[in-house]
Amino acid sequence: MDTFIGRYRNVSILAAAVFLQLIGLAYQVKKQTSKDSEESSRLLRVWAISAITPLEKGIVRLQTGTGNLWHNYVYLRGVRQENRDLQEKLQKLQLEQVRLQQDATQARRLQSLLGFKEQFIDQTIAAQVIGSSGSEQSRVVYIDKGSTDGIKEGMPVISAEGIVGKVILVQSSVSQVLLINDQTSGVGTILEQSRLQGVLKGRASGQLVLDKVMSEEDVKTGERVLTSGGDQIFPKGLPVGTIGEVKRGGEFLQVQVKPAAALNHLEEVLVITKKREREPDKAAVSSMRAADILAQRLPQVPDKPAEPAKTGSQTIGSTNLTKPATAGGMAPGVAQPKPTIGASVPSPGTQPKPIAPVPTGTTQTTTHPATLGSVPLTTKPVQSRPLQNGASGNAQATSQPKATPAGTAPAATTVKKPAAQPAQTTPPIQTAPQSDTGDTPQ
Amino acid sequence: MAVSYTSREQIEVYRFSWPVAILIPLLAIFLQAFLPLRFSFFSIFDLPLLIVIFFAMARRSQVAGLMTGAVIGLLQDSLTHHPLGVYGIAKTVVGYGASSLGVKLDVESVGTRLLVTSGFYVVHQIIYFTIARLLVGLDLHWVWSRELIAAVANAVVGVLLFTLMDRLKERA
Repeated sequence: MDTFIGRYRNVSILAAAVFLQLIGLAYQVKKQTSKDSEESSRLLRVWAISAITPLEKGIVRLQTGTGNLWHNYVYLRGVRQENRDLQEKLQKLQLEQVRLQQDATQARRLQSLLGFKEQFIDQTIAAQVIGSSGSEQSRVVYIDKGSTDGIKEGMPVISAEGIVGKVILVQSSVSQVLLINDQTSGVGTILEQSRLQGVLKGRASGQLVLDKVMSEEDVKTGERVLTSGGDQIFPKGLPVGTIGEVKRGGEFLQVQVKPAAALNHLEEVLVITKKREREPDKAAVSSMRAADILAQRLPQVPDKPAEPAKTGSQTIGSTNLTKPATAGGMAPGVAQPKPTIGASVPSPGTQPKPIAPVPTGTTQTTTHPATLGSVPLTTKPVQSRPLQNGASGNAQATSQPKATPAGTAPAATTVKKPAAQPAQTTPPIQTAPQSDTGDTPQ
Repeated sequence: MAVSYTSREQIEVYRFSWPVAILIPLLAIFLQAFLPLRFSFFSIFDLPLLIVIFFAMARRSQVAGLMTGAVIGLLQDSLTHHPLGVYGIAKTVVGYGASSLGVKLDVESVGTRLLVTSGFYVVHQIIYFTIARLLVGLDLHWVWSRELIAAVANAVVGVLLFTLMDRLKERA
């Protein structure tokens, strides 16, 4: 026996080494769902990560510092022009923000009526991506923030362009983020136009695919994909990507999704550390029926007819129940578009003052409130009209006729809409408070 | 001494100082984790594997080779979110094989290094895919063209790397 072992000593050691690792691997795979397995391999992971990440952190900081020195103090060419462009852009965005705020306020009111819960991004922490797993089969990255910064497992990670992944391992100053294109990740998604829901999964090649979409569904290339909020990780309405190639054949479609975030070149990300979930204020809405609210907000017929207004007159097609105005680039924290009461409905507490009467003989139709709750959420939203120049454009955008959802009674009523002045009549949207860490709040 | 196809002068056994033996694998793992973020094409390379092959062939000790492979492989595993051992087993076998080959062949020439490195890359990938698919349950697809291209790319980088690292060798 001794001779045998002595003769095959090296092979025996090889077999033992492989066998031990196989046993350990099998144990981890079997207990993969339990916390014990995580704990059993945690020590080695902590050692390895602690050995590698300080160097990564140092290099990234050096790189960032050098870049900042160059860009902030040395290379300032074109900054004045860029500043002017940004000022112009800011003004345009401010106008658009007013419109979005109004849409969001209306969406929230309806959510309250329908008993929806909604989530807002309340607090985020900016983090630098310092490394990866180094393996194509494990698409994870490391960020330079950990438990001391308030990071916890399961927190969603986003970038300016779209969602990135979720935190799966946290150490004191480093966290591991599982990217959405890893084959073990899954994200609940919804298509912006068709409202088709699906689970976004990664493939071994790093591609993103929309899983289990029936072949009879109509999925168009280029359509935006948003988070649906169904995974309980990502808040609803965050950009995920756009539909790429759609292959038919078999029971399910093969839908490829191009990620919005540059998953291969991540540098800085935001970790959502706090989500605020707002319950509908049932006390406020229970005392008043939807019909009452709707009737209160509809334009009233004045006592005596006035001259038709030249501006602000809009024809509402068939009903005042409309679909959401889908604003491009859903900002995090802004409510996801949902079927809303017509965009012309003014803000709460604001009594609309029609500048033109309903012509005599025209019956003003009010949709029965009972239909409010039965508005199908899968109806196609209507693209909002682009913002016009100036404040008048904003007013126009808020009073555009929207499409009629299926199943509502057509009435084809012409109603003179008030020329809304949203900047004055709309109460400011409740925005997320400033991050107390000083990092970027959403 | 094992039976060798090389002359006695060619069977040089080398050793490495402790700092080199520790820092070089760590540096390789660091670069493997860091560079693909900046240069996505870099993910085709497997620097830790090249280090395992180099150390194993230079030391010409099967036990040292498989231990080096196991340690580097497990460290590489620990940076992923998969169970530990997938890279560990693959690199253990490669370390053992490379050191066994180092005893029998002249592995100092460029041609031999090219062939050995590309061959061991394929062996490594086969073991990795087998374990990852059968034991871990990953949905991986073997694409010969991709693996062969990666094998050649790794071999070319390996030859350059080995030439640099030859300077770190010390005669045992």
